[in-house]
Amino acid sequence: MKVSLNVNGKSAELDVADPSTPLLYVLRNDLGLHGPRFGCGLGQCGACMVHVDGEPTFSCLLPVTAVADRKITTLEGLLVDGKPGKLQQAFIDEEAAQCGYCISGMVMQAQALLNRNAHPTDDEIRSHMAPNLCRCGTHVAIMRAIKRAAA
Amino acid sequence: MTLQFKPSRRDVFKGGGSLVVAFAFAPAALAQGAVQGAAQGPAAGAKPVALDQVDSFLSIDDKGQVTLYSGKVDLGTGIRIGLQQIVAEELDVPLASVTSVEGDTALTPDQGPTYGSQTIQNAGMQIRQAAATAKGALLAQAAQHLGVDKADLTVAAGVVTARSGGGRVTYAELIGGKMFSLNLDEAAVPKNPADYTIVGKATPRRDIPEKLTGRFTFMHDVRVPGMLHGSVIRPPTLGATLQSVDEASIKDIPGVVKVVHEGDFLGVVTETEWAAVRAAREIKATWSKTEPLPEQAKLWQHVRTTKVVKDDVTSNIGDSAAAMAVAGKQLKATYDFAIHTHGSIGPSCSVSEFKDGKLTNWSASQATHNLRKQLALMLSLPLEDVRCIYVDGAGCYGRNGHEDAAADSALLAQAVGKPVRVQWSRADEHGWDPKGPPTLIDLRANIDASGNVTAWESEFFIPQGAGGNVDLLTATLSGKPADNLLSPGGITNDSAIPYKFPNIKTVCHRLETTPLRPSWIRTPGRMQNTFANESFLDEIVAALGADPIAFRLKHIDPADSRGRALLERLKQVAAWETRTAPRKQGTGTTLKGRGVSYVKYELVRTYVGIVADVEVDSAMGDVRVKKVYVVHDCGQIINPSGVRAQIEGNVVQTVSRVMKEEVLFDRGMVTSLDWATYPILRFPELPELVIDLIDRPTEKPWGAGEPSAAVVPAAISNAIFDATGARLRSVPFKRDKVKAAMQLI
Ligand code: FES
Ligand code: FES
Repeated sequence: MKVSLNVNGKSAELDVADPSTPLLYVLRNDLGLHGPRFGCGLGQCGACMVHVDGEPTFSCLLPVTAVADRKITTLEGLLVDGKPGKLQQAFIDEEAAQCGYCISGMVMQAQALLNRNAHPTDDEIRSHMAPNLCRCGTHVAIMRAIKRAAA
Repeated sequence: MTLQFKPSRRDVFKGGGSLVVAFAFAPAALAQGAVQGAAQGPAAGAKPVALDQVDSFLSIDDKGQVTLYSGKVDLGTGIRIGLQQIVAEELDVPLASVTSVEGDTALTPDQGPTYGSQTIQNAGMQIRQAAATAKGALLAQAAQHLGVDKADLTVAAGVVTARSGGGRVTYAELIGGKMFSLNLDEAAVPKNPADYTIVGKATPRRDIPEKLTGRFTFMHDVRVPGMLHGSVIRPPTLGATLQSVDEASIKDIPGVVKVVHEGDFLGVVTETEWAAVRAAREIKATWSKTEPLPEQAKLWQHVRTTKVVKDDVTSNIGDSAAAMAVAGKQLKATYDFAIHTHGSIGPSCSVSEFKDGKLTNWSASQATHNLRKQLALMLSLPLEDVRCIYVDGAGCYGRNGHEDAAADSALLAQAVGKPVRVQWSRADEHGWDPKGPPTLIDLRANIDASGNVTAWESEFFIPQGAGGNVDLLTATLSGKPADNLLSPGGITNDSAIPYKFPNIKTVCHRLETTPLRPSWIRTPGRMQNTFANESFLDEIVAALGADPIAFRLKHIDPADSRGRALLERLKQVAAWETRTAPRKQGTGTTLKGRGVSYVKYELVRTYVGIVADVEVDSAMGDVRVKKVYVVHDCGQIINPSGVRAQIEGNVVQTVSRVMKEEVLFDRGMVTSLDWATYPILRFPELPELVIDLIDRPTEKPWGAGEPSAAVVPAAISNAIFDATGARLRSVPFKRDKVKAAMQLI
């Protein structure tokens, strides 16, 4: 079936063989985006996180047909003129990635917080970031990066 | 002979704002730094990979660009930049001119699996020697070229200049694109550390900006032309046999290409990834019923009664049995450490392609040279017909499912005659990656009337085997050839202790089997063994009414000045207050404590001391690790920011393992198949970290990827003791265990 999507400010018509396909698979395989990642497919880790109409959302659970014409933003959508956005740059400056597999989701989740609270406290950051898992133990550097962007 | 794999930017949005829907990347188009495609490599055999050849490790092209061919791979640890720093330093070239090819069996030497915190200290030193040899040869050539004495030459940024006369020649002019054709020279003298400008400096990794912008290609992003997708359906219980498959049960899923079953291996190949996910979920198959596992509640009884195939005595000093028999204050305790899973955030993924009967496999394996042998064995292919190429995956922390997914994709690709990508599900990873085996430890000590520890005895109940190949699940299930090895890693390490007691005996009882397929997980054995040793030492300290750091200082080898310096430094960094009994500080039900722990890794390398501050809710039994102080001496530091990141990762990951983690199973199979049943640390539980690095530029560089994890469990246990007087001897320290331990006081 045909689905129209709005991803990172561009719109597209797509042919999706199976309407139950989650958004994540379309972003990765049909649109070739490397930001959103498959981690669990269960809404438990945050690796797949994107913004849907500005809200951080697990793209692994959301059928693509449910987001037609809603505004989808991925890690790539936070670039400004092809360059890292402020939060992305803060992660780079703090070297807040080990394997980096969780990092796209971390950035998307943190960006959602900063969008509504430009100067969160440590506790606000910790509780907001709770849905996102990192196995490398990069949390300490991620906290530094978010605080740097919020400074 | 130059190999540059240039990143090519893929433009997702092409023309008129519409999305390009179909993507098929040539391997070349995929290449972003680390990804090599079969199509691009030189013909096999064109480049040496032998460990004694300079060309195996290094090439310099006609632009002066240096390529490092590393058998060790960057598992997300930042080791790539560390090795590049070593090369740039030794050759005197700009760091930016060095790139790496890693873990490609056609191009890189076999420097062994990337494990055991050995990359810098072993492989890095081979690479340093290759670079020193290369530089010596380049200078000799330059001397000839410029007609001056070799001693008259200086090098900067790959340009050799004669001090007298000022003649100059570049590396590119001297060697550009040609082979060195040199043996590694053990006598080549590496640069004096006093002259270092690159090694020892905090140096940013190059992959991080790519990872923050979505431009990085992970293993999971690799696509090859004509590629199909595959998924695997595992038996519902271990050892169950496949009786029948109802292929019609998935006929309505669009894009199913083939159901593949061979023995007890069952897989589906499809056109799209989502079809593969659905097919694995929806296919109906019948399996025999099995109950091969012990009851989880009786795991430790099971371990204790498993057949012992041999005893490894890891230290035997004096006569511990006689010393234990003398009347005195006898201490005894049993420690245990749960089964853990690697828990990579990205489940294992691999792509395989057959061309003219030859297999190319892309995976995030930490041991591509070994994987190559395993795949050749499984598929009965000549070794030279298999090429394994490393691509960065999600962190693996040891031998997780990468190799098994590689074997799955190879089997499926062979079955359909097309390239196949296999992406494991979360349940595949949690259920079927090999596990850190359960560890049971008995300890005994004797203290005489004047307060001297006269005997220390320990017995470790751990599976047999070492760090060899872990059998491929695919081979086992399909009934194809395998090594039939049990390989839990070097888990006897750190069973012996760094303390000088007159009578010591430490014995590892090597068990015939262990309930789940074992492998190594970060700090294998060293973590479990150090947990028991350093916690039991704290029991002795408490029995003596001594201070935990003073006691350690008194009993480590007096000649071990680095160990002493480290413990002294730890006292300062953590503002340690001498204490001789649990202090049980705090108000109401919130009790605070701090504990210390120490390791000299494997008794021969990296020193780490750690202090942990905890808060215990004495009513609920909940423990929070609040702050952790680490002092770390790994000798010459190559990249301080890399070492710091490794320590942060070690501490946070180990706090998670110790406080929360335990693989659950019933009589048939692992039941903790997701993050709800196998929870790991989340942000609200994150401790604060203070890290102090001792740099010793003139000493050997040692590993940093594991040692600081070894000391975390005991420091937490000892801190809980300080807060409450209760001993936690069983990892994980969950609420019920904390409450039970507090009731024993
Ligand atoms: S992949 Fe979506 S939450 Fe884990
Ligand atoms: S950086 Fe590896 S999972 Fe977070």
